[in-house]
Amino acid sequence: MAFRNYILVCGGTACESSKANAIYEALLAECKAQGVADEVQVLKTGCFGFCEQGPIVKILPEDSFYVQIKPEDAKELIAEHVVKGREVKRLLYTKDCGRKHARVEDIEFYQKQFRIVLRNCGFIDPENIEEYIAREGYVALEKVLFEMSSDDVIAELRTAGLRGRGGAGFPTWMKWNFTRQAESDQKFIVVNADEGDPGAYMDRSTLEGDPHSVLEAMIIAGKTVGSNQGYIYIRAEYPLAIKRLEIAMAQAREMGLLGKNILGSGFDFDIEIRLGAGAFVCGEETALLASIEGKRGMPVPRPPFPAVKGLWGKPTVINNVETWANIAMIIVKGGDWFSRIGTADSSGTKVFALTGKIRNSGLVEVPMGTTLREIIYDIGGGIADGKEFKAVQTGGPSGGVITKEYLDTPIDFGSLTKLGSMMGSGGMIIMDEDDCIVDVAKFYLNFSVDESCGKCSPCRIGGRSLANLLEKISKGNGELADLDQMIEIGEAMKKASLCALGQTAPNPILSSLHYFRDEYLAHIVDKKCPAGKCKSLISYNILPDKCIGCTACARKCPVAAISGERREVHVIDQAACIKCGVCFETCKFGAIEVR
Amino acid sequence: MTHLATAEASKTAPPEHEMKMEDVVPVINDIIERYRGTKGALIPVLQSTQNLLGHLPKEMLIHISEQLDIPYSEVAGVVTFYSFFTTTPRGKHTIRVCLGTACYVRGGKEVLEAISKELHIEVGQTTEDRQFSLEIGRCFGACGLAPVVMIDDMVFQRVKPSRIKQLLEPYYDTTQEGEDDGERE
Ligand SMILES: Cc1cc2nc3c(=O)[nH]c(=O)nc-3n(C[C@H](O)[C@H](O)[C@H](O)COP(=O)(O)O)c2cc1C
Ligand code: SF4
Ligand code: SF4
Ligand code: FES
Repeated sequence: MAFRNYILVCGGTACESSKANAIYEALLAECKAQGVADEVQVLKTGCFGFCEQGPIVKILPEDSFYVQIKPEDAKELIAEHVVKGREVKRLLYTKDCGRKHARVEDIEFYQKQFRIVLRNCGFIDPENIEEYIAREGYVALEKVLFEMSSDDVIAELRTAGLRGRGGAGFPTWMKWNFTRQAESDQKFIVVNADEGDPGAYMDRSTLEGDPHSVLEAMIIAGKTVGSNQGYIYIRAEYPLAIKRLEIAMAQAREMGLLGKNILGSGFDFDIEIRLGAGAFVCGEETALLASIEGKRGMPVPRPPFPAVKGLWGKPTVINNVETWANIAMIIVKGGDWFSRIGTADSSGTKVFALTGKIRNSGLVEVPMGTTLREIIYDIGGGIADGKEFKAVQTGGPSGGVITKEYLDTPIDFGSLTKLGSMMGSGGMIIMDEDDCIVDVAKFYLNFSVDESCGKCSPCRIGGRSLANLLEKISKGNGELADLDQMIEIGEAMKKASLCALGQTAPNPILSSLHYFRDEYLAHIVDKKCPAGKCKSLISYNILPDKCIGCTACARKCPVAAISGERREVHVIDQAACIKCGVCFETCKFGAIEVR
Repeated sequence: MTHLATAEASKTAPPEHEMKMEDVVPVINDIIERYRGTKGALIPVLQSTQNLLGHLPKEMLIHISEQLDIPYSEVAGVVTFYSFFTTTPRGKHTIRVCLGTACYVRGGKEVLEAISKELHIEVGQTTEDRQFSLEIGRCFGACGLAPVVMIDDMVFQRVKPSRIKQLLEPYYDTTQEGEDDGERE
C-alpha cells in the first residue's frame, strides 16, 4: 500500500446527516496537525450499510471498525491508531454477543452478507472514477465493446438468470432481447431510480456509493440493444445521489467512457438525468416514461411493453437501479458464476433495507434463499429492546406480513409470493409486540390511496373504501361484516385495476387479515387495541398510588396536557392529550398506564 | 407565540428567500432557452423555476406555457399532478417529517402531530409569518435512525415529540441558522 493507513468515512445519507462531513474535515485537519498527512489517506465513501451505528469510520489495513464517531474523536483516532498504532478501544464496535469486536469480518452484521450490488459501497470514493476502475470497473464495458457480440451479452444474462429487482422479477435478458430485436431508428435505455417504496433506500445507497456501476451497465445495454441515449429518472429528494451521478458522468466523459466514440470503438452513448417530481406511481414503468416525456405520470395499459414501444414510442429498456448494478459483474465473472448464487427460482443476491424494531438496522445484501431468520436474527441481531417479534412486512405497500411460523422460509421471488407477500423492492420492516397490525395496514392503505393516480376507478374508489373501513375499525366503530367487505373489495381491486399499484394495494390488508384475524376481532368485538396503538381505543392514565409528583411527565408533554403540583399526584387532561406516549416513556415510577 | 407576532409585518414585504417576478423573467427565459429543443422540457423547466421562486405563480405558468408552446391546461395539469409543485408561496424553512414505514413504526406520526400543534399548521400549510412550511416525506434513507425530520437540508434523527420545541428553536429567528445535529444515543 502506498499509504500507511486508509481511513474510510461513511458518506451515505444516514451518516452524512449525522456530521460525516465534519468528521472527514476533522480527520484531515488532525492528520496535518499531527504530521502524518502524507502517510494517511482519508476518503469519503458510500454507505457501509450499518446505518444504526453511524457515523462509521473504518481504518485500513487493520480493518478497525469505529462507530458513532464525533468530530471531536478525530484527534484521538489519529494520535492513537495512526501515530501510535493502538486501536481506540472505546470507539470500536463491540456490541455483538458481548465479545470485543474490532474487525469487519468479526461483525455478525456482515458475516452472512454477500455483496455484488453493494460491492464497492463503503470501499471506494464514489467521486473518484479511478477507484472504481481499480476494482475492475469498466472492464465489462471493454469486453462488451471489443470482444462480445450482442448475442453473447444476452446469452450471458440468460445463463445468469438475472431477474429484475424493481419488484416484478421479470427476466432481464428477455427485456433486452425484445428491444434488441425491435426495428427502430432510435432506442432508449432508462434507469428507474424513483425508489417509491417508503421503507427502502438501496437504490439511493447504490447510486451514492457506486454511481459508475450503473453508468457502466447503461452503456453496456446501449451497445447490446443498439441505443445511443440513456435517461436516469431519479427522485428529486435524493440530492446527494444526483450530485454523485453528475460527478461520475463528467469523469466518465472526460476519460472517453461516455459520449462520442467510446474508447475509440466508434460507439456513441450519452446519458441525461431527469428528476422525479413526487409521485409514487411514476415508479411504474409506463408512468415513468410518460413523466420523462413531460406529461402527467399516469400508467397506460400494457402491452405494448416499453421494450417494444416505450419512450416517445421507441423501444426502451427500463430496469431498476439494483438490476443495473448487477450487470457489470455478470459480464466480468460470467453468467455461470452468477447463476450458482441464490436459488433455482432466483439467482444472485438481494439487497434489503432492514428497518423497524430491529437492533441492527441497515442495508443488507444476501444470496437469494437466505432465510428470514438469518436476516433478522443473525444479521439484524434480533428485536430491539428485548421485545417480542411479531411480524415482518416485505414488499412495502404492495406486500404483506409474514409471521413467526414462516421465519425459516428461504426467501426468493416465488416463496414470498406464496406467503401472500412479495419481494417488492426489498423493504423489510420488523414489527414487535407494540405494533398494531390494523394500524400498519392503515398506514399502507393510506399511502396507496394518496398515491393512486386516479385514472381507473377500482383503485381510486376501492382504495378509498378500504381505507375508510380500516379507519372505522381503528376508531372502534367496526362491525364483523366489515371484514368480509374488505376482502370482497380487495379481491375486486386485484382483478380490475389497471396497474400494479391498484392490483397490489389490498395486499397489506388481505395478508394481515389472514394471519392476524384475532387482532382485527379485538378491535371490532372487544373495542381494544392489544398493541395500544389505535388512539381512539386507548387512554393514558396516571395511577394515583404510584405517582410521586416528580413533574417529569408534565414538563415533557408536548401539549401541556398534564397538570399537578410538585410532590402531588398529577392528572392528564384527556381532552388535550394527543396520546403521543411521551409521558408513558418518561415516567420512571411506572405510574402511567395505557388502557 | 413569539414568532407569530411578526406575521403582520412580514405580509407587506416578501421574504428575501424568494426572488421578485420582474427579476426572474430573464432568468427563466434563459432556462427555457437551455431546454429548447429538448424533448419533455416542461417538467425540468418547472422544477428550475420553482427552485428559484419557491413556488409557481400563475403568471409564470402562463409565461412558460407561451414560451414552450404548450397549452396552459396541459401545464396546469402537470403542476397539479406532481406533489413537488406548489402554486402557493412557501415558508422560509421547509420542515419535512418522514412518514416512511420505518419512521412510522418508530413514532413519526407522533412527531408530526407535535410539530403541527407547535406551529399551528397542518401538513401542506405555511405559518402566517411565512417562516415554516410543513410537509411529509417518504423515507429519507436514514431509516436506521428513525424517526427522521428534515428542516431544509438538515436531517435530524431520532426526533422525539417531547423535543420539538428545542428542535425548532434555532429556526424561529431569521438571523440564526440551525446548528443542532440531532441526538446521539
Ligand atoms: C406503482 C408502482 C411503483 C413502482 N415503483 C418502482 C420503483 O420505485 N422503482 C423501480 O425500480 N420499479 C418500480 N416499479 C416497477 C416498474 O414498473 C418496473 O417493473 C421496473 O422498473 C422494471 O425494472 P426491473 O425489470 O429491473 O425490475 C413500480 C411498479 C408499480 C406498479
Ligand atoms: S391502478 Fe391506481 S395507480 Fe394504477 S392506473 Fe389505476 S388508478 Fe392509477
Ligand atoms: S412522571 Fe410519573 S411520577 Fe412523575 S409526575 Fe408524572 S406520573 Fe407522576
Ligand atoms: S422511513 Fe424515514 S428515513 Fe426511511
